[in-house]
Amino acid sequence: MRLNAVDLACHRGGRDVFDGVSFSVTSGEALAITGRNGAGKSSLLRTVVGLVRIAAGRLALEGGDPEMTIAEQAHYLGHQDALKPSLSVGENLRFWAGFFGGKAAEIEGPLKAVGLDALIDLPAAYLSAGQRRRLSIARLLAVKRPIWLLDEPMSTLDAPSQQRLAGFMRVHLTEGGIVLAATHGALGIGDAQELRLGEPEQVQS
Amino acid sequence: MSPLGALLVRDMRIAVRVGGGALMGVLFFLVVVTLVPFALGPDLALLKRIGPPILWLAALLANLLALDRLFAADHEDGSLDLLLMSEAPLELVVAAKGVAHWLTTGLPLVVAAPLIGLLLNLDALADAALVLTLLVGTPALTFIGLIGAAIAVALRRGGLLLAVLILPLTVPVLIFGVAAANAALTGPVTFGTPFTMLCALSLASLVVGPFAAAAALRQEIE
Repeated sequence: MRLNAVDLACHRGGRDVFDGVSFSVTSGEALAITGRNGAGKSSLLRTVVGLVRIAAGRLALEGGDPEMTIAEQAHYLGHQDALKPSLSVGENLRFWAGFFGGKAAEIEGPLKAVGLDALIDLPAAYLSAGQRRRLSIARLLAVKRPIWLLDEPMSTLDAPSQQRLAGFMRVHLTEGGIVLAATHGALGIGDAQELRLGEPEQVQS
Repeated sequence: MSPLGALLVRDMRIAVRVGGGALMGVLFFLVVVTLVPFALGPDLALLKRIGPPILWLAALLANLLALDRLFAADHEDGSLDLLLMSEAPLELVVAAKGVAHWLTTGLPLVVAAPLIGLLLNLDALADAALVLTLLVGTPALTFIGLIGAAIAVALRRGGLLLAVLILPLTVPVLIFGVAAANAALTGPVTFGTPFTMLCALSLASLVVGPFAAAAALRQEIE
């Protein structure tokens, strides 16, 4: 499986966010998308997943399921956690697992993996920011999809959780998955390709 | 469970939890209708005559209450992005949300209507006719409302825009709903004529609503 992008461009709100972005990621590879704030890291991920229209260029997935769009074969972990405060931890995860076509019963494993199994009946309103993030990460584990699009996945996570997430990514890569992550820091998964968006910002002194 | 089934269950569960919209609509309906006899005074003949229009107007407004949060809540917490990534077509996702909204907002109105009809001096036959028109007409209100909810999704005070957009579109439903209920009460038209029109309006909105709302959502999400 290979995800190819050629000369992608993105316009949002009448502004060119980026153009001429090309990359190619094969199964088992990770792509770290870096760049200053506003360089278009999030926009690039949203473009790949079809939430932002492609202004120019081509995006194609080779070797995936031809019946499905890229979005249907991808997990998107955005800035927002997509959790309902009035539902419990278990209900939130069970919904997303069921909605994405996984077996709703198999949520204990993913919850245990992110260390939230003890809180399964707690309403999501009472979770901390890091716990909310971990619950959304459990979604990626509950339903198998080959492409992971992660938007600053390490933010709000404590050090042990960051290591745990790096472990999940490594397992996903060894199983032949693809990871695209917008990040400011290290991902902790060894050698990843780096895609630098935009010009480095001039610091005025 | 299928994606749409999971969504239906989730939306209904949220609606009946604290802060959900399920009880709010039916309570609003009750309060508005209860206030009418106090405002008009104890004129039983008048109440009986204006009963169906009052109940229909109250149902129309009660239905609007929870609509503005239908897509906006999912938009704010990022759920909408993920809903767009489903293998199920967005039109069906929207329709599932519409069905959940009707089951938690429209259906309780239909169930409460016979009781509330008593306050407006409606007899058994009129009550039955009214309940039937509400049962057939409230899905139209929900599914027309989906379009407005989708257009107003990204606006902070979307509820106001929603009412302005949606209420004019619901005029035909109101006309034929009230006409059918009145026909059963007083004639001279038979109940069947306006009632079939109401059924037709409902069926049309069940088809048009999800497509229009899905198209609006695709535009708004960017």
